[in-house]
This record gives sequence, C-alpha cells and structure tokens, in this order.
Amino acid sequence: MTGRRGGRPLVPAYLSTGGVARPSRPQLERLSVLRSTGAPAPTGLPAAQLALLDALDDGSLTVVEAAALLRLPVSAVRVLAGELIDRDLAASRAPIPTADRFDPDLLKRVADGLRALKHPR
Amino acid sequence: MAFAPSSTPGDTATATVDVHLPDTARDLVKILVAGPFGVGKTTLIGSVSEIRPLHTEEPISEASAPLDDLAGVRDKATTTVAVDFGRISLPGGVVLYLFGTPGQERFRALWDDIAYGALGALVLVDSRRIDASFDVLGLVEESGLPYAVAFNAFPDAPRHHTEAQLRAALDLEAGTPMVTCDARDADSSVDALLALVQHLIDRQTPENRGPVTG
Repeated sequence: MTGRRGGRPLVPAYLSTGGVARPSRPQLERLSVLRSTGAPAPTGLPAAQLALLDALDDGSLTVVEAAALLRLPVSAVRVLAGELIDRDLAASRAPIPTADRFDPDLLKRVADGLRALKHPR
Repeated sequence: MAFAPSSTPGDTATATVDVHLPDTARDLVKILVAGPFGVGKTTLIGSVSEIRPLHTEEPISEASAPLDDLAGVRDKATTTVAVDFGRISLPGGVVLYLFGTPGQERFRALWDDIAYGALGALVLVDSRRIDASFDVLGLVEESGLPYAVAFNAFPDAPRHHTEAQLRAALDLEAGTPMVTCDARDADSSVDALLALVQHLIDRQTPENRGPVTG
C-alpha cells in the first residue's frame, strides 16, 4: 500500500468506502473468511474494492487480516467486502461452519492443539 | 495525531507478510488477550503467533469523546487505537486468533465488537500495578466472557504477595484460574492460554452446568 510518512494511509478510511458507513452484510464478523470468486473485476470498480479483491487473489483472508493488510479499519473492510459480495466478486463464510458450531469437542481440539505446540513431535 | 499506544507506529512492512489462510483452516476461533497498556499483550501474542502480529487501527466512537483524556485537545474529531492480533494454526483445522484488547471503559464499543463470538479472555495483570487492571476485569465480567487471569512476571515484580492476597485484590471468584506467566516465553504463554481453555472445558462439563431445560 502507498503510505504517507508517519504510516498513515494515503486515502482516509471514510473515503475508501465512497462515504458508505454501513455494510450491506451486517453479519460479517472480524473472523469471517473472505475469498475471491474468480469472476473478472469490471472496469470502473472503485480502487478500494479493487485493492481488497487483489488481496484475495492469493488466497482466503479473514476480514481483520484484510483490514490489517489494507491498513483500513475493520468497519471499512466490512463495507468493501459487502459490496464485492453483492457484485459476486467475493464470497464469505462464517468463522465456524454451522456443522461445527455446537461441537462440544471444539475446545478440546483447541487444548490438544496448544499442547502439541509445546511438545512438537 | 493517531493514538497507537500498543504497537509500532509507521510500521510499513506488514504488507509483505503472507497472511493468507492455509487451505486446511476450518474452524476460526478467538481468544482475547486483555489488559491495560504496557502489560505485555503484544509480547504474549508475538511469542505464540505464527505470523508476526498484525494490527488494525480502529476509530474510537464519538460517544467516548467526553471521557477522552487527551488533555487540551478539544473538538478532536477522531481518535484511533491500535488492536494487535496474532494467529496460531492448530492441528485438526482449528485456527486460533489472539486479539490484544485494550481494557479502558472508553473502548467499550470496540471491545464489544472484538469480543463477539470469542471463546474467552486471558486477562494479563502486572502485579506492580494491579489497579490498572480493574477496568478490564469490569469489562470482561460485564461482557459475560469466561476468563482466566495471568500475572505477567516482570523481573522487578513484587513476590511477597500470596495467591490469596492477589485474588482478594482482584476480587476474583474461587473458580477463576490464576496463573503466572512470562509473556516473552512461548511455552509459558501457551501454558497461560491452556489454563484458560481448560477452564472453558471444565465449565462445559455436565456437573458444572445448570439444570437442563427444554
């Protein structure tokens, strides 16, 4: 990203969304997973939307990771992602697939995974 | 002026880090690492994260403006706070995110947004200034998040407090885990996280549940 001295982005966050403050998809969470659908970007796509789409070229990103990469607040990325999803250029999924949402073993998997970090085989 | 107390301002290298999710990522869960400024949240996240900790700059809502203590700066339009986070890919498709969460009351709206869907919170406490953690404990308890307390072991921290004294000072419930950790050390930080996750598992077991309804 093009940055100004002092690390601030060239385009302020409130301009990156074209003045839109509310996402069209309010259910996008910090950890919602965004991916590109692979559809070609139409000409005239706003630069900030294009930047997010570019960031998804190499793989999936969570909303918060996209925000960190693009140096935008999470709230702005929610708006941009909502617009890309509305245009079928991107898709999102919830942090935990519905099938796993009430998995009582999820916490155990987290604990086992953390223990494995401590004692790598 | 941006208000970025817990990270390095002007850090421009983040864009070169590949943070794309591994294809195996399935269940994305998060734990808050909460505590006052300077308690070691970013240090702990950095010791266990597989990516260099990233951060987002989050605007602080106008509702907090009257409480904003930037003395002499009147009519200040925007304030931002840096929120650090890290990631650990665990076997079995679980990806654990750690969010460093500032504990001041004026960050409540941001807090609620970050806490949404979190498994729980690891509250870091500096035993040299326990009272700095009162705000964050209040926020955690009000949000209903289960939590564990970890004392970050600073070298010059007083060691004459007993566990009972520390519990009393923090007004902790008997069942709330309390551990000591060294946020600079990966294994020690993992142990603190494990204390929290084990607490979450214990809460889940049937004997600790209330009567089943429905």
